[in-house]
Amino acid sequence: MTTSTAPRKNVSSQNPPRTTSSPKKPINWRRVGAWVLVGVAVAVTIAPFLWMLRTALSSNSALASNAGNLLPADFSWGAFKRVLGLQTTEEAIADGGSGAAINFWLYLQNSIIFATVTTAGQVFFSAMAAYAFARLRWPGRNKVFAVFLTTMMVPPIFTALPNFLMIKNLGLLNTMAGMSLPFLFMTPFAIFFLRQFFLSMSREVEEAAMLDGAKHLRIFFQIVLPNAAAPIATLALLTFIGQWNEYFWPLLVGQDESVRVLTVGLSVFKSQSPQGALDWSGLMAGTLVAALPIFLLFIAFGKKVVNSIGFSGIK
Amino acid sequence: MTSRLGDLKIALFFIFPAVIGFVAFFLIPTIRGIYLSFTEYSILGEPTWIGLGNYTAIFGDELFWNAMGVTIQYVVLNIGFQTMIALGLALLMHRVAKSTFIRGALLLPFLVANVIVALLWFWMLDYQLGIVNEVMSWVGLPRVAFFGSEQWAIPTIAFVNVWRHMGYTALLIFAGLQSIPNHLYEVANLDGASPARTFWSVTMPLLRPVLVLVLVVTVIGSFQVFDTVAVTTNGGPVNASRVIQMYIYQKAFGESDFGYASALSVILFVILALVAFVQMKFLKGNESDLD
Repeated sequence: MTTSTAPRKNVSSQNPPRTTSSPKKPINWRRVGAWVLVGVAVAVTIAPFLWMLRTALSSNSALASNAGNLLPADFSWGAFKRVLGLQTTEEAIADGGSGAAINFWLYLQNSIIFATVTTAGQVFFSAMAAYAFARLRWPGRNKVFAVFLTTMMVPPIFTALPNFLMIKNLGLLNTMAGMSLPFLFMTPFAIFFLRQFFLSMSREVEEAAMLDGAKHLRIFFQIVLPNAAAPIATLALLTFIGQWNEYFWPLLVGQDESVRVLTVGLSVFKSQSPQGALDWSGLMAGTLVAALPIFLLFIAFGKKVVNSIGFSGIK
Repeated sequence: MTSRLGDLKIALFFIFPAVIGFVAFFLIPTIRGIYLSFTEYSILGEPTWIGLGNYTAIFGDELFWNAMGVTIQYVVLNIGFQTMIALGLALLMHRVAKSTFIRGALLLPFLVANVIVALLWFWMLDYQLGIVNEVMSWVGLPRVAFFGSEQWAIPTIAFVNVWRHMGYTALLIFAGLQSIPNHLYEVANLDGASPARTFWSVTMPLLRPVLVLVLVVTVIGSFQVFDTVAVTTNGGPVNASRVIQMYIYQKAFGESDFGYASALSVILFVILALVAFVQMKFLKGNESDLD
């Protein structure tokens, strides 16, 4: 938790080093070199995303002859139109698309529902459990918590096969319910994460409320949840990003067009076009559209995400 | 009587949903997975008990040993480069560039889906039109079929995931660096220690608990690599990039051999538990030199 406070005291050091610009002191070459390395790292990270945009804004036929051109080759919105279903089949084929229908709006809608529902359920139910583990006194509390924690060790692939069989037996293959259920109730990490914050909350307000005759439900909703809004928001953000990016489980149980999410949709989109004649600009436009919510979340809450990584890594 | 049981009643209410999730999607699947690993089960019929049959078959299964070898090759390449680059980045962030913007930029690839990262690099590393091969041909290097050659498939997939994870891992290490008390550096400075000496005598020992944790998390994660492989090479060419999780997936959903696939995932589970245990013990992860 020390990491969440750390960045605040670093504000002063955000300016580039004075030593290099001050005329009195000699240039600190070690520092200049360090900044160059930082610049290279940032460029290596960002450049591929720019290349993605450049490709998405190119026309497919022109890509072949202008592979190394840094600007979009034969600038065109066609790829975005194609991906968003705004092009007719003839136009799509003329632009080098497969002509197969791409239900991007549907996949987008499915991704939004899947990520939102699983995040809301997981965070809320984990918060309930975390409340019981942190604020209530009952026999066996720590033992039960320890049992929950051990499931952190179980690799997802191990539970994926039996879970698939269970969802199949329940007749929930290719349904939103089947896709969401395993994520809906809890993860050990979410419970652990929130329990830490609930433990550190002062008991006084709670006890005052108790004297007023308030019951635990009211305390939970009116005192604990509002006071833990920041960690809950952080957890929800990280969970949403994780669920938005989930591929393996939707691949197993959500293959059907009607429940297909964007990650699965993109890999199907890729495999639909014949090898060697991929619709590259369409594919890059699709990946951009699929990544857009992450970019937007990142612009809105980037600082929160960055600062929470130090804590979230302690899984 | 209420004092002994405390808030048990209300506690049961609060943990009820989580218990359902735990029992239905962790506990029962774990038991069922272990049970299925001792059966022959093709999803259509009923599982038939065959004892250790699957395990003895796996022992003599060349494709399993190949998948194991490929996975280990991937893990070593991925973790080796990722940890070194991340450590370098973390030191740079700690010493010169603490800005949230730079940390955020480095984290961005980690926040984007594996599938998207895989498709992006699949395009950039394309043999014919990829920018990387284009640039290589400008400087006179031969073109490389990154995902399409047996020799390059795994190193390429490892590289893609190093690119995706380096910022994230760097942030974890950076958080560890920030917890090292400043006065230790001041003492080292007063003693006239060189930066290299300070790094090996102060930074590294104090960073060890964090490094161990990062290693455990990232090694366990990279043993389960799947998305990148599924999107780019699908295990090929031939078996060159068929990692263990890809093999499990193909056995279960390609050949409907759920018993065999379950036994494979039990083995993967045991390996991961051993890796975590050995790393914690060997590197004495839970002790800090600070105490």
